[in-house]
Amino acid sequence: MNTAALAASGDTVRLAADNKVDGVALTVLLFFFIVVTVGGFWAASWRKADNAHSLDEWGLGGRSFGTVITWFLLGGDLYTAYTFIAVPAAMFATGAVTGFFAVAYTILIYPIVFIFMPRMWSVSHAKGYVTAADFVRGRFDSRMLALAVAVTGIVATMPYIALQLVGIQAVIDTIGLGGRGNAFVRDLPLLIAFAVLAAYTYSSGLRAPAIIAFVKDSLIYLVIAVAIVYIGVHVGFHHLFQAAETKMTTKNPKTGAATGVFVPASNNYWAYATLALGSALALFMYPHSMTAVLSGKSRNVIRRNTTILPAYSLLLAMLALLGYAAIAEKTSVIGSDGKPNPQLAVPHFFRDEFPSWFSGIAYSAIAIGALVPAAIMSIAAANMFTRNVYKEFLVRDATHKQEAQVAKITSLVVKFGALAFVLALDKQNAINLQLLGGVWILQTILAIVVGLYTRWLHRWALLAGWAVGILYGTVAAYHQKSAATQHFGGSLATFPYTHTKVYIAFSALVLNILVAVVLTVVLRAVKAPQGVDHTTYEDYYTEGGDARRADLPGTEGGLPVPGGVRG
Amino acid sequence: MSQPSRHRLSTGVAVAAGILLALPIAALLWVPLYARKDPELWGFPFFYWYQMLWVIVCGFCTGGAYLLVQRDRNRSSR
Repeated sequence: MNTAALAASGDTVRLAADNKVDGVALTVLLFFFIVVTVGGFWAASWRKADNAHSLDEWGLGGRSFGTVITWFLLGGDLYTAYTFIAVPAAMFATGAVTGFFAVAYTILIYPIVFIFMPRMWSVSHAKGYVTAADFVRGRFDSRMLALAVAVTGIVATMPYIALQLVGIQAVIDTIGLGGRGNAFVRDLPLLIAFAVLAAYTYSSGLRAPAIIAFVKDSLIYLVIAVAIVYIGVHVGFHHLFQAAETKMTTKNPKTGAATGVFVPASNNYWAYATLALGSALALFMYPHSMTAVLSGKSRNVIRRNTTILPAYSLLLAMLALLGYAAIAEKTSVIGSDGKPNPQLAVPHFFRDEFPSWFSGIAYSAIAIGALVPAAIMSIAAANMFTRNVYKEFLVRDATHKQEAQVAKITSLVVKFGALAFVLALDKQNAINLQLLGGVWILQTILAIVVGLYTRWLHRWALLAGWAVGILYGTVAAYHQKSAATQHFGGSLATFPYTHTKVYIAFSALVLNILVAVVLTVVLRAVKAPQGVDHTTYEDYYTEGGDARRADLPGTEGGLPVPGGVRG
Repeated sequence: MSQPSRHRLSTGVAVAAGILLALPIAALLWVPLYARKDPELWGFPFFYWYQMLWVIVCGFCTGGAYLLVQRDRNRSSR
């Protein structure tokens, strides 16, 4: 990212010193924060089951959510505060390839999810699986492969949670609470917000973000609708795109390269397509997506949601355009620390263009938008740790109650780990790790998605492919330089033996597939033991919410009865 | 896996649903098709409004595929 160009783009540079606290906006933000806090604690008694002490209840909301709740939950989960901050920031700084691909990516997801997710839902419902790693364990009979999937999931999720905090920080900074005083005072609002979030996630589990998502999504739809009308009337879309094109095609005097990309040219077609496809495939490998999907009460809830979730993608597209609106309106992105930060483009756009009370609503939408995914991600990581590390390797005969208790505590550890990460380390580390997280998580797709259809790939070959993919992806990402950082400077690298830039996760996946296929042929030739498949053909078609549930076997392979509490 | 089952979709439905699902994927992965500025729509360059339009079309594609699959399942279970 080019700081000189960024600084130059804000003509009306405000000085850090005259940053006052915006009382009205702060009041609005506090109001909504209190609303969601009450909602979060109340959620514990919402649709409460008789037997609340199981992972199915705490970590999957009793697997009881219908189409509408799942829509809000998945919407709140997938379209995070960081997305709402980072996508417009990328549009603001470097344009279409780094920013607008998110729109293509969030379209591609849905046909793909339509195909494989119902199978995943069914087999998990039939067998009581709580995580993707549970499925891998049952399907391939391999503890190590399941551990690889679980560890990848947890490690990839942690920086993602940390980035939600970055979204809250951007809001706090804009209101005028950040940047001054000592570190403790500066980070106090973030600490309080997170402590409260941790408390109601602990007590309410997945029901808390489900409730809060209603508030978050209502706010965000309102804010975007108003912003788009405002842009249409006051800025004009023609002017908006012209301003963006002028900025993106302006050459940086130092490097001689264009600032960004307005419309991809032939040299970045592959980058655009692989970024979109790779990210789409990766998104549903993340534990938090899986958790939200498995909390649905029937197979059809997932399919119906692939029809209505694109509404959020439209929202995302409009949000992305706010990055261009900030260019057109010459919004300053100078933070209260006096440094330019494109992540402030959206909050500052609202600060400069709207009355305080409305900016307050916009800030609330972003801040609450961070709490929902942070809660779901920590629950998902906790579920994985509990099922695939604690129960698998530490306490094999853990009861349902113990499982729920371990998961609750893990969710606290995960959240405060992320908080410590953001406060102690440079924000750039979280961004780097999130970039790597996407590369890593995609490498679990063979075991999870291909595994849903066939056991042809050998479990050891899958493990080897996973390892090679992760190794390649990490090294390739490490070598990417940018103006801002020496390493991890971007998610694109040339595809091996070509000059074509593609998404690193995509090249890593190609390598992963090659290794897995070749080794499978070898291992099958030497008749390496394949383990026992604990799933049956019927499992992949189990419907939910119907009479067939009743004749499901109770405890299968030592896994708990799914829910087992609804009459 | 080869056992005949009530879960199998009829071939026609499977192909039709497959096409509906493949359409948005092809439309967005084929970047050269839409990486251009013209024709503009309400000030939006083609590149931008094409993708936003596909958000909506994609919803109809998955919705159509859902209805096809659902109808086929209901028919075969009766």
